[in-house]
Amino acid sequence: MKIELRDITKRFGPVVANDGISVTIEGGTIHGLLGENGAGKTTLMKILSGYQSCDAGSIFLDGRAVRLRSPAEAITAGIGMLHQDPLDIPQLSVLDNFMLGREGGWRLRREAARATLRELCARFGFALDPDAIVGALTVGERQQLELVRLLSLGIRAIILDEPTTGISAPQKALLFETLQRLAGEGLTVVFVSHKLDEVGQLCSRATVLRRGRVAGEVRAPFTADELVTLMFDQCLERSPREPACLGAPAVELRDASICTYRIALHDVSISVCAGEVLGLAGLEGSGQSLFLQACAGILPIASGAITVAGREMTRQPYRRYLEAGVAFVPAARLEEGLVSGLTVREHVALLGDGGGPFIRWPHADALAADMIRTYNIVGTPHTAVHELSGGNQQRALLALLPERLNLLLMEHPTRGLDIESADWVWSRLLQRREQGTAIIFTSTDLDELVENSDRIVVFSGGAMSQPVNACDITCEELGHLIGGRRP
Amino acid sequence: MKAHLAGRRALLALVAIALTFVSSTIILLLAGANPLEAFGHLLTGAFESPRKLGDVAVAAVPLLLCSAGMLVTFAAGLWNIGVEGQMVAGAVAATWAALAVPAPAGVMIPLTIVAGLAGGALWGLLAGVLKTYGHVHEIFAGLGLNFVSMALTNYLIFGPWKPPDGATMSGTDPFPEAAWMPVITGTRASAIPLLLAVVAIAAVYVMLRDTRWGLTLKAIGLNGQAARRMGINDRLHVLVAFAVCGGLAGLAGAVQATAVYHRLIPGISGGYGYLSQLVVLLSGLRAAWVPLVVFFFSVVQVGSPRLELRMQVDSSLGGVLQASLVLFFLLVNGLGRRLERRRE
Amino acid sequence: MLSPLVIDTIGSLVAASSPLVFAGIGEVLTERVGVVNLSLDGSILLAAMAGFAVAFVSGSLLAGVAAAMAVGALVALIVAYGSIALGQNQVAVGFVLTLLCADLSSFLGMSFVRIPGPTVPHWPIPGLVNIPVIGRILFNHNAMVYLSYVAIVAAWWFLAHSRPGLQLRAVGERPEAAYARGIDANRLRYVYTAVGGAFVGLAGAAYSLSVKIGWSHGHTSGMGWIALAIVIFGGWSPLRVALGAYLFGALKSLGSILQPTMPHVPTQVFQAAPFALMIVALVLVSGEATEGAARQRLPALLPVRLLRTITGLLRGTPPAGLGKTLQPD
Repeated sequence: MKIELRDITKRFGPVVANDGISVTIEGGTIHGLLGENGAGKTTLMKILSGYQSCDAGSIFLDGRAVRLRSPAEAITAGIGMLHQDPLDIPQLSVLDNFMLGREGGWRLRREAARATLRELCARFGFALDPDAIVGALTVGERQQLELVRLLSLGIRAIILDEPTTGISAPQKALLFETLQRLAGEGLTVVFVSHKLDEVGQLCSRATVLRRGRVAGEVRAPFTADELVTLMFDQCLERSPREPACLGAPAVELRDASICTYRIALHDVSISVCAGEVLGLAGLEGSGQSLFLQACAGILPIASGAITVAGREMTRQPYRRYLEAGVAFVPAARLEEGLVSGLTVREHVALLGDGGGPFIRWPHADALAADMIRTYNIVGTPHTAVHELSGGNQQRALLALLPERLNLLLMEHPTRGLDIESADWVWSRLLQRREQGTAIIFTSTDLDELVENSDRIVVFSGGAMSQPVNACDITCEELGHLIGGRRP
Repeated sequence: MKAHLAGRRALLALVAIALTFVSSTIILLLAGANPLEAFGHLLTGAFESPRKLGDVAVAAVPLLLCSAGMLVTFAAGLWNIGVEGQMVAGAVAATWAALAVPAPAGVMIPLTIVAGLAGGALWGLLAGVLKTYGHVHEIFAGLGLNFVSMALTNYLIFGPWKPPDGATMSGTDPFPEAAWMPVITGTRASAIPLLLAVVAIAAVYVMLRDTRWGLTLKAIGLNGQAARRMGINDRLHVLVAFAVCGGLAGLAGAVQATAVYHRLIPGISGGYGYLSQLVVLLSGLRAAWVPLVVFFFSVVQVGSPRLELRMQVDSSLGGVLQASLVLFFLLVNGLGRRLERRRE
Repeated sequence: MLSPLVIDTIGSLVAASSPLVFAGIGEVLTERVGVVNLSLDGSILLAAMAGFAVAFVSGSLLAGVAAAMAVGALVALIVAYGSIALGQNQVAVGFVLTLLCADLSSFLGMSFVRIPGPTVPHWPIPGLVNIPVIGRILFNHNAMVYLSYVAIVAAWWFLAHSRPGLQLRAVGERPEAAYARGIDANRLRYVYTAVGGAFVGLAGAAYSLSVKIGWSHGHTSGMGWIALAIVIFGGWSPLRVALGAYLFGALKSLGSILQPTMPHVPTQVFQAAPFALMIVALVLVSGEATEGAARQRLPALLPVRLLRTITGLLRGTPPAGLGKTLQPD
């Protein structure tokens, strides 16, 4: 089935997620869709699979214009989507999940469905136990189930969203084999990923999105370099700056391992000095957040050791980190950093000095007004924080930080901010740097990383590279490192 | 903008009140009673004598105390349905103090007050621990503990604390006179509980508006994770909130035992715990509105028995009026918000 | 073997528990689709009153039962509408309705208090009733009780083996996934809340027309709260909930039977038992839901085999989508 997207536009408030995107996907091919976080690929695929409506533009399937108003309508039109976290029902069995959503009478014909399931699994070499509870399956197996289910509904095009995150190598090989077979049989496959080598391995064509627009399209054979060039902006020469390291190590990790359900970081060793800025680069979900959260004391270190400002901090509770002069500014400003529903002055009062049980409102108001003035926040002390714009929320978060910090950890400090706010944020951060605060931040903006860091480390698949001096590297080289090329 | 909001809120409130009276009128007509007469009794019954006015105060005390307590837990985002049981626990503790400790009135009264506070706080803490460490939702923990406390009361009344001439539904033996709260002459109301209740609601009002702890609770209720990131020990604060609410409810229960019935009876809490939830809902979770709503509810409580006496109509009409008002208030507010969203 | 007295006692326990069975089954359906109907205690009262009143006035049992079911469904729908369409808290609306319906039942029912009225006629099933032991326990009752058996089986079959039942379960566990499969989650919530409410109404009718004939103030004595507890303790499964209903029906009656033989155990233990057990069940179940620490701590307190049996019996975490409303894009 040939899919044609013409001039797709979608806005979320002031943010333009898709800006006039036009892509043509030939039937029976595997077509890659690449782009960094925020490039617009998720939105575009949600529109194509019926989860979102677009503000403008049209979709043509085999030359016929269609309107996809719900996922069910999309499936009827022949398009199915396999989500990164499969949208199945973990509490039900494999067979029940398979049967859910299919047409049929009042009675559940389990035997017939069982046979169909077995047949489809055999065709692709999947080993799924129909009576197993889906919640107990691995991500790879859940994917297989969803794939088989969508195929049994007669789809002629499938979108896979980051399918290889969290599946084992044999499962990945099986998946790729299956996809190539299906494409050979006429199924159209859209492969959304930012794993460049996989895209190169699998796709005959690839479209790269950047900032809501099509940056370019490549045809096989293509190299990772070509993709990197399209994915990341050209960036400016780095302005000269004094080398850092103003003092004793602010944070030090020795052979630390940090583990979560989805990903694990192993054997991380690094020392960051006071007054140094360390940039954490890498594709989203490669381990940078784990590193940051471990330094903040939010995630425990499974093995190894961590010291902050000379103090042994392994296995210490979160509040000790706060006492040691560590601050963490999350990317989810309203969900994790600020209390939505409270006003600016209430935040000031909450974090304020230990001035006894009663809040001195005039004092808090004055502090809040001061803060607003110094940090150029558009709002009043009585503005609720959820009413502030993203940029102003970030300013508020920075303003609420303690005066002196040993270690400041920032998750995507300028995400969603306009250039002026972004520049302003960095001017404040560099001020702190001069006071001796060590800063560690994650970012997907190569420009930002190269411009502001003293050293950069690249995260890839749960491994951290050796630190590189920022002044020794160009944006292009950084992009290649992120894409997986070994230096 | 604020004026516009206030105006809209007033309009919605009026709509809710109107709907309540319309529906109650229909129900009264269905029952074959004269609506005007019924409303008249309900609303003026409380004012016909100083004794009746005193009864309004008597009804207001547990409502004020429990509502004050619930505002504390609601601020932290918790639904402490267990106030009924916490009242009972306080009553039981006060009864123990009254029956087991011989002392003059000067010691007895404060002792029963402290016992009530402690008993209720303990019962509230139980629900809190179940929530924070057992991950049991406070609604089910509260409901379950309510029934456990009632069973406990019955056990005590028919068991260890039964009167010497045999256990009955009338409860324990009356307390020694020293444990009786002094009443205002000509009424059945006592000054001390009323004072405590007024102080409680005022204190909660100030606490929520002007203290760090109140703001901390609000932060926990609005965004627990962000609060934790700020270094707030949310678990501890939640437990303290449960204890405070339980304590106030326990005090209400103790007052019922020492000032109203002068003994422990089955059903000592009298449904006031549940009724105070209606009060808090109708007040929109704002302490400033609670006294007015409590006054209205107390007036209706006192006027209801007249319906049975004068009109042969069941006194539960008062409860119908109170509950319908809250229901319509919730529904009309929801409708208002839905219409606003449509307009955007 | 078993004396006829014991057999008949067990039989009357089964009959007396039938209202609780209806209420439990109804609430299972409602909660499995993701809605908590906290108004149970009040709506059972109102339905019981309405059922009796209509049956008395019209002379038709069927009309009474229908009225009771309608009342139950209507109250449940208010809870659903208030939370889904109007965005109010399910617990708040349900709670207010409990009190409102209880008071309404007292008020509107006053002219029917302690009046003898129509009863569901005794109808032993010929043939089946002659089976030794089981016959007299199960088949020596009236149509209402037999209907409760049907309800248990029907609910079980519906949830486990029917397509609409599968859709119901999906909506209750993960509404987004159900939406992705073309299921209208909110519509199903309305439908099954109403159906569950109708069963709750049936519970009221079963009480005032079959178990404790007639009407009086607070007639059904806390049945709604016990039903809520049983649904949790029975792990949201129709069969286990029915078992729980019979168990608690038995506990209540056994209290008075066993009292002379166990003077040390106060009757109030049996009164409090359903709720204490509900709390214990919730602790064990919620402890399972939080991985890690809880699962490590609990085995230290109990022998492994006992723990496995208990968690196996209680295997029923609440439907994951309970209490949440779905806002489609």
